[in-house]
Amino acid sequence: MYAAIVFLPLIGCLIAGLFRKQIGARAAMFVTTGLLFVSAGLSIITFAQVAWGGVETQIVLLPWFSIGDFQASWTIRVDMLTAVMLVVVTSVSSLVHLYSIGYMEEDPDQARFFSYLSLFTFAMLMLVTADDLLQLFFGWEGVGLASYLLIGFWYKKPSANAAAIKAFVTNRVGDFGFALGVMATFAVFGTIEFDAIFSAIANDAAVTPLWSEQSSAVSETSISFLGMEFAALELIGFLLFIGAMGKSAQFFLHVWLPDAMEGPTPVSALIHAATMVTAGVFLVCRMWQVYDAAPYASMLVTIIGAVTALYAATVGVAQNDIKRVVAYSTCSQLGYMFFAAGVGAYGAAMFHLFTHAFFKALLFLGSGAVIHGLHHEQDMRLMGGVRSKMPWTWAMMIIGTLALTGVGLPMGAGLGYGFSGFFSKDTIIEAAYFAGEAGNEVGMFAFWMGVIAAFLTSFYSWRLIFMTFHGRYRGPSEVLAHAHDAPWVMRAPLVILSIGALFAGAAFFSSFVGDRSEAFWRGSVPAAHASAEGHGAADAYLEQADNTHAEDMQHETDASAAAPTVTAEEAEDEHSAGGAAAPHAVEADHHAEAADDHGGGHHPPEWVRWTPFGVTIAGFLIAVWAYLLNEGLGARIAARGGPLHAFLYNKWYFDQLYNATLVRGARGLGDLFWKGGDQKIIDGLGPNGVAAAAAFAGRRQSKSQTGYLYHYAFVMLLGVAAFASWVLFTASNSGAPS
Amino acid sequence: MDVATLLGDLRLAAPELTLAGGAMALLMVGVLFGERLQIIASVALALAVTLGAGLALASSSAFGEDGGANLFAFAATGLASLIAFLGARPAGPINGAAASFLVAAGALAIIPAPEGVEAAFNGAFAVDGLSSFAKVVIALSGAASLVMAARYLVGERLAKFEFSVLVMLAVMGMLMMVSARDLIALYIGLEMQSLALYVLAAFNRDSVRASEAGLKYFVLGALSSGLLLYGSSLIYGFTGSTQFVEIAAAVGEEPSIGLLFGLVFLMCGVAFKISAAPFHMWTPDVYEGAPTPVTALFSAAPKMAAMVLFARALYEPFPEIAADWRQIIMALAALSMAVGSFGALAQRNIKRLMAYSSIGNMGFALVALSAGTREGLEGLLIYMTIYLVSTTGIFACILAMRRREGMVEKIEDLAGLSRSHPGLAVAMTMLLFSVAGIPPLAGFFGKFFAFLPAAEAGLWPLVIFAVVMSVVSAFYYLRLIRLMWFDQPAQPLVAAPRELGFIAGLSAFAMFPLFIAPFVAAPGRALVETAAGALF
Repeated sequence: MYAAIVFLPLIGCLIAGLFRKQIGARAAMFVTTGLLFVSAGLSIITFAQVAWGGVETQIVLLPWFSIGDFQASWTIRVDMLTAVMLVVVTSVSSLVHLYSIGYMEEDPDQARFFSYLSLFTFAMLMLVTADDLLQLFFGWEGVGLASYLLIGFWYKKPSANAAAIKAFVTNRVGDFGFALGVMATFAVFGTIEFDAIFSAIANDAAVTPLWSEQSSAVSETSISFLGMEFAALELIGFLLFIGAMGKSAQFFLHVWLPDAMEGPTPVSALIHAATMVTAGVFLVCRMWQVYDAAPYASMLVTIIGAVTALYAATVGVAQNDIKRVVAYSTCSQLGYMFFAAGVGAYGAAMFHLFTHAFFKALLFLGSGAVIHGLHHEQDMRLMGGVRSKMPWTWAMMIIGTLALTGVGLPMGAGLGYGFSGFFSKDTIIEAAYFAGEAGNEVGMFAFWMGVIAAFLTSFYSWRLIFMTFHGRYRGPSEVLAHAHDAPWVMRAPLVILSIGALFAGAAFFSSFVGDRSEAFWRGSVPAAHASAEGHGAADAYLEQADNTHAEDMQHETDASAAAPTVTAEEAEDEHSAGGAAAPHAVEADHHAEAADDHGGGHHPPEWVRWTPFGVTIAGFLIAVWAYLLNEGLGARIAARGGPLHAFLYNKWYFDQLYNATLVRGARGLGDLFWKGGDQKIIDGLGPNGVAAAAAFAGRRQSKSQTGYLYHYAFVMLLGVAAFASWVLFTASNSGAPS
Repeated sequence: MDVATLLGDLRLAAPELTLAGGAMALLMVGVLFGERLQIIASVALALAVTLGAGLALASSSAFGEDGGANLFAFAATGLASLIAFLGARPAGPINGAAASFLVAAGALAIIPAPEGVEAAFNGAFAVDGLSSFAKVVIALSGAASLVMAARYLVGERLAKFEFSVLVMLAVMGMLMMVSARDLIALYIGLEMQSLALYVLAAFNRDSVRASEAGLKYFVLGALSSGLLLYGSSLIYGFTGSTQFVEIAAAVGEEPSIGLLFGLVFLMCGVAFKISAAPFHMWTPDVYEGAPTPVTALFSAAPKMAAMVLFARALYEPFPEIAADWRQIIMALAALSMAVGSFGALAQRNIKRLMAYSSIGNMGFALVALSAGTREGLEGLLIYMTIYLVSTTGIFACILAMRRREGMVEKIEDLAGLSRSHPGLAVAMTMLLFSVAGIPPLAGFFGKFFAFLPAAEAGLWPLVIFAVVMSVVSAFYYLRLIRLMWFDQPAQPLVAAPRELGFIAGLSAFAMFPLFIAPFVAAPGRALVETAAGALF
């Protein structure tokens, strides 16, 4: 069954790709979509089995590499983390397939499009089911390839080609770091299998790095990189995170994501909302043991995540292209996930990934419906007031926006009531607060960044809604006349996704990050009760970040002496099994005080709980004021062209900066190597030069064949004389004349 | 020397005696008898020698007491002789009989010496695994060249019985060469072979080019003989003996300069025979000028004979000073490979091209010889055998290059062969791929076994150079293949004679070690190991 989940999309891809001429576009669409739905159904079954049945397996399909000590095989690993990703990937992908049937109606190349979509899904599934870093890397590169193909799907459009290349090249930068990370892992651990790595870290086992003869404990192994000494785990975490940055469009490597909107809108929804960009988050969560033991790498993750969250939100405020706004919002939300992972709230990161997939896909597909209905118009300045023409789309977009901005009331038991984004985002913000309060240097920074970003998110999201659906229509009137809601084949996925956007948060809150999380994750990510378990857990993150090792030691005594309770025993178990020990150690200390409200956990101060709510409302109100009540105010501010607006509109001038330095530099270097290095030196002295020399030698050779007998005899005698002299010389040198 | 010893020695030289006697008898038949009697006498002689050789082989200890194996040996001798006779028959009955004689000589060469005997004629004439392996290969190669020559001779009005008699005498010289264990025997064998070959080169005496080729070959050959004799006399002077075994005993760890000079001259003389650079200059002119079947003969059997002679003349008397002669062999090898590979690049005439190809191939074979080990000798034998088979096949294809107005020998004339003669083109392609050393084919393994011992002996620079040169040489083989398959045919060639197709097909088939491995490779390896064991 697990193999079917992964390989059905591949089969669909091959059928649609190879036999598209034979079976026709319609059949190709239905085959790929049907297979994806089967795969999605199986994924949901798998999810249920793993979440409530406790099934966890690793199925070895085929051996792949066996080179000396280096072993790798094609494996399907099924645990909770994988199961979550399976559901996210296959359900969004199948809905996008369905939606595309409507959206790509008029495209002449549907079969190719569906083939690529399925290929992408397959690669993503290989990524999430990987049991070692190599297969993960395979999937990683596979999604990179598929995204290149899909972004550049309209390959006749130069801008689409440029965007595809940009995405590919930017990803390569990250992939390079990732590949180095894989190599470093192998060099340190001698294996790239997850379980082996994790148990080595958990037990702080002695490892013998490839470059040295002596073995040392994992935490004490250091590695020399770029002339400096790093702790091995820090470096591995750092390198892997570079890969994650590329794929998840984090600050510095984010430039490709907005441009990727050149692809068809369903692609944006699939790749740039729900799946591919979450690969980086998945990677960090999958390797959480590494990050747990690498405080500085985690700190970097936190900072980059927090900065991205704010940066993308500020840029989103000034954009006019409807898809770009959503794209920057994706970028920003990914930042949330990363800083959650950075402060140790892996469960919260995964939770946000899960809910985000629904509402972001909803928003993208909704934008697609708007674009579709307005005859491929994407500029919000040429929209407005189309709510009456497309009420369904409007309703869906409203749900998506409510979920994205995280509207909800933080009161009552647990966290409160609200849309799905509310649960996950507030969990993350609170986790950052706890971490900061507990002394994590960057925790507070992340908290405030998250709060400001939440404010901006609310503002630009509502700005999008108001500019698009409300007010006066500003585009050409004949387009408005033909504006319409999307057909049902496109509407149905929206409805399904909106259900997810409405309820996924409330339904899965306790499993992902609440009191049931321990039984839910079973160690695939630490069942860290970032907010629900409260203070203690956050404390633990910090102390563990400071000194994992000492904490581990201390925990043994603490747990057994202070609180020989069920929780302490759990902690013991956890320790020997995984390495999620430290949180539980302190948790045991706090057990007594936390015992009375174990379900609700330790609550943050009220102001922390209400702050996200407050800024969300504030953003909403300002958007109402600027775009609904005083329509045209935003446009006037933009028209006045203050430096701040220009700065934001031009995305902090990142593209210009990269163009001026990296792109031009690379092109110059490339020209130098191509014309000077390759053509002149390598080709000139290499193939062409050698060939010319050989031909020349051949001609000389034939010329020396004069036909005159005395020449021949002369050459022979010359040879005899040469050999005789040689023998004479060497023999007298060896001192043996007689 | 008593009569019994003499008879025993003569029996050990049965192949040579058969050829010598046969050559005389056929000469008589040709000179004295008319056409009809020639046929009868040829058939009778062929029958007699085949029966005799077959019976001798079957009753010998070659295959032990196994009746079935002996019967098979007898039948195989008869069949091979019959095929050879029929194949060479078109040029006249005497040619047919001569081919039968060569096959019979090959069969007789299989018969091993009695237990404990390794040489005849006071140790001057070796009869061991090496000599018998080489003799079988040489004799069969000689027979094949007679078969290949038949139609050509008829077509060019050269079908005279002297041709086959000369081939027999040349082969007899070669057989003596591979058995030579004495400087005098070495020289006699070499001269025997060479004199016959000089005449063969100029066999088409109405052609200026053939006469020129023969003359050049003769003059330079005489020069090389002079070098060889001078070297021999120096060696004799400094060791006091002409016998290899005794020379070996006289050569110490620290040889005298005079001996080394003698060795150098000897090696130069032999290098001329295998056309190793810088003693190769005659090769392209002679190959081009001589009649094509003679060229085919030149490029095959004499090379094997001279190589084995070379190995024996170095390994048996001079193992102590291997470090000294190895330097010269390496230089010869490197020069030959370079000359052979680069020289062929600019050639337009396919016979000239094959001349350079054979120079280069001798260089590759010398790489194996330079190792100076038993594995090196094995590699040499494997390489030479494969080379002989493939070069024979290629020449069969070249001999099939005939238009209605006559033979053609420009490489452009091969253009479009795949369309006019698909079978021939496939065979030729396989053979060329093999000679170029493309992996699944035999030529690759030949090179592999030739280079490996040298690498094991630490001669890495030479091995690397050899590999690079074999890449260069692949160019002109591939160019021929491109011509055959991708270029438009200029004018179609006439249909190839059956026996040429047979030989080309057979040798091409032999290039597939995977197909014939179970039947050939394992026993072949065993044979080669025994043969090489003779010197170690």
